[in-house]
Amino acid sequence: METVSIKKEKATAVPAPATAETVSISGSEAVLKAFLAEGVETVFGYPGGAIMPIYDALYDYRDKLKHILVRHEQGAVHAAQGFARTSDKTGVVFATSGPGATNLVTGLADAMIDSTPVVCITGQVYAHLLGTDAFQETDVINITTPVTKWNYQVTDAVEIPEVLAKAFYIAGSGRPGPVLIDITKNAQLQKFDYKGYKKCEYIRSYRPKPIVRKEYIEQAAQLINEAKKPFVIFGQGVILGKAEKEFKAFIEKAGVPAAWTILGLSALPTDHPQNVGMLGMHGNYGPNVLTNECDVLIAVGMRFDDRVTGRLDKYAKQAKIIHLDIDPAEIDKNVKTTVPVWGDCKETLPMLTKLVEQKFYPQWLQQFKEYQQQEIDACIHDELHPTTEQLTMGEVINVLNNLTDGNAVIVTDVGQHQMVACRYAKFNETKSNVTSGGLGTMGFALPACIGAKFGAPHRTVVAIIGDGGFQMTLQELGTIMQAEVDVKIIILNNEFLGMVRQWQQLFHDKRYSFVDITSPDFVMLAKSYRIEGQKVTARENLKDALTTMLNHKGSYLLEVMVGKENNVFPMVPQGCSVSEIRLK
Amino acid sequence: MQTTLKSKNMSKQEYTITVYTENHIGLLNRIAIIFSRRKINIESLNTSPSEVPGIHRFTIVINETEDVVKKLVRQVEKQVEVLKAYFNTNEEIVWQELALYKVPTDEIAEKVKVERLLREYGARAVVIRKDYTIFETSGHREETERLVEVLEPYGLIEFVRSARVAIIKASHGFHEKLKEFEALKPGSDIIENEFLDKQEEVFTM
Repeated sequence: METVSIKKEKATAVPAPATAETVSISGSEAVLKAFLAEGVETVFGYPGGAIMPIYDALYDYRDKLKHILVRHEQGAVHAAQGFARTSDKTGVVFATSGPGATNLVTGLADAMIDSTPVVCITGQVYAHLLGTDAFQETDVINITTPVTKWNYQVTDAVEIPEVLAKAFYIAGSGRPGPVLIDITKNAQLQKFDYKGYKKCEYIRSYRPKPIVRKEYIEQAAQLINEAKKPFVIFGQGVILGKAEKEFKAFIEKAGVPAAWTILGLSALPTDHPQNVGMLGMHGNYGPNVLTNECDVLIAVGMRFDDRVTGRLDKYAKQAKIIHLDIDPAEIDKNVKTTVPVWGDCKETLPMLTKLVEQKFYPQWLQQFKEYQQQEIDACIHDELHPTTEQLTMGEVINVLNNLTDGNAVIVTDVGQHQMVACRYAKFNETKSNVTSGGLGTMGFALPACIGAKFGAPHRTVVAIIGDGGFQMTLQELGTIMQAEVDVKIIILNNEFLGMVRQWQQLFHDKRYSFVDITSPDFVMLAKSYRIEGQKVTARENLKDALTTMLNHKGSYLLEVMVGKENNVFPMVPQGCSVSEIRLK
Repeated sequence: MQTTLKSKNMSKQEYTITVYTENHIGLLNRIAIIFSRRKINIESLNTSPSEVPGIHRFTIVINETEDVVKKLVRQVEKQVEVLKAYFNTNEEIVWQELALYKVPTDEIAEKVKVERLLREYGARAVVIRKDYTIFETSGHREETERLVEVLEPYGLIEFVRSARVAIIKASHGFHEKLKEFEALKPGSDIIENEFLDKQEEVFTM
């Protein structure tokens, strides 16, 4: 097929000399000018051969753009994700061609499945070398197609302003996602007649927001008003739609209990009386069991992931389902919807709030409380206030909650510690929970916490990481050192790949196949990066150690030795219905 | 009611997916991987300019259940550079495939009543040379297939068939739709929901 229409302009545009109104600049400079126009302040990246012209231009923009040199390109995307999650901006990444670009793939996949706005710029070999197996050439566009919302290869500098404007527009609008722009070296070097930067606000083939249909809002409101046991489940859509206030107003008027997915966490304060807890595999007892008892299930900005629904053919079969989502492809994808309310929840929630009756369901809420009590008795109490000699992950989070009062940004990796942190961490403010949800990327947290700090510079950022995940991206300690990033790192060390071990214990007859993991001395390792730290093994030192960590000026690493074979409960075993959740 | 709904959605049949897109490099891959990711075989794929300048049209044939095809079409339509995607059963479209047949001229002139052949199968000779003749015909798969069977005994040298091209019977073309897309705001387009269409049954569950 032919190339884009904008390319047709190039032939006439290239040789034109700069006039009084325009200036002749390089493609590289056009990239940086686009960043400034989009309000970018921080770029996470790593230089290399094919992106050197951009880095050369960046040298003159040092006072306007802060560049954070990561230690691996995967770290750059995760940092950009962390940045996007705690701010409401798009994270930006630079990487070179070939290995630089392929190293981005995990991060892109993570950002894709967790709908995180990121724009990655990769360098590419000269256009005339494309397809010749040139040094550090790789087919980045095709490699990244399934893991980007949009990608595009630029071979002519003239295209850069328009393509970058599209990139930022696509990444940040509608259901956000990662965008990759691959720029050949000749285009970076090429001088062209720069006519200024115009933000993109419209692409004819792109529908960021589906049209809101009033009749569905009315039908949804009617279902809610007639319900005896309505139940709200919400995800990151509430945060991405900046609709936290609208959401709160809706549940408060409708009086409906609300439970969250791990990406929806922090959109509603933990201590809100209608916040009944976490959904899914390691979620709370009540929300899981009562999913199969409610009569109207109102899903807001969530996508019915299998970790949330468990066995689909036994999921909320008794309920009528109202699904609010900005992405029409999510409606009916996993769970059949009775009333689909597609649209931006910032718009649809207030419309719904207007139509629902002011209600309160004391008995129904009481049911959640009863289940909560059972869960406290069966597992929460022992997790938060253990009598065992060994420390538990839950008590670390609990002490941390008391010290931060729920005001910290919590960044988690993937595994047992992630589930425990999501279950027990307290949040007062939105955009405070940063985790790898859909992709479950071990190694996410350390680089993500760097970006999270840049996204929310005035907040305390605490990364909670397992001993396994930490070792996947520990090179980013170098980034923390060099950029002097004030992040607090807690390693919950159980000397195992804990989540896999838990599954092996429960479902594979305790055949612990390659889950035993040896670690370096993390505190010494941190010290070699000039990061202060200490290790805690006894309960009596925990609070002091956490206090020291939080009060320390600058980055700090705290290693906490926890019970080796502790399990996360409750648990919905794979292939089971949410109502078959196990407390032990 | 639930069971009929289910059985209708569960049985596989041929669906023709029509996609209107921008004419951009890489889009073919972006669309193709939506199918391959789900391990769905594309039976036939055609891409060419549409009646609207600058807009490309993909015609994709798959054998799937309605439920699956519906979800696929939404995933296709979700792509930034896709304007619109439709799916239709064979009853809802008029379609053709083009076929070319290369046969030795000697054989065919001696042993077959060429005239009858051409008339019966609606074929026409595109090229006649001393060594070979190329016939062309168009039609449904079975029709073009039948001519293969007829020609095979006479030393069919080569045979090629194009992808399906299809016209949606109920379509009013894309010019009007495009105006909607260019109106700078979302159109009135609705996404059907089978439960809503059959509201009464559902609401009395």
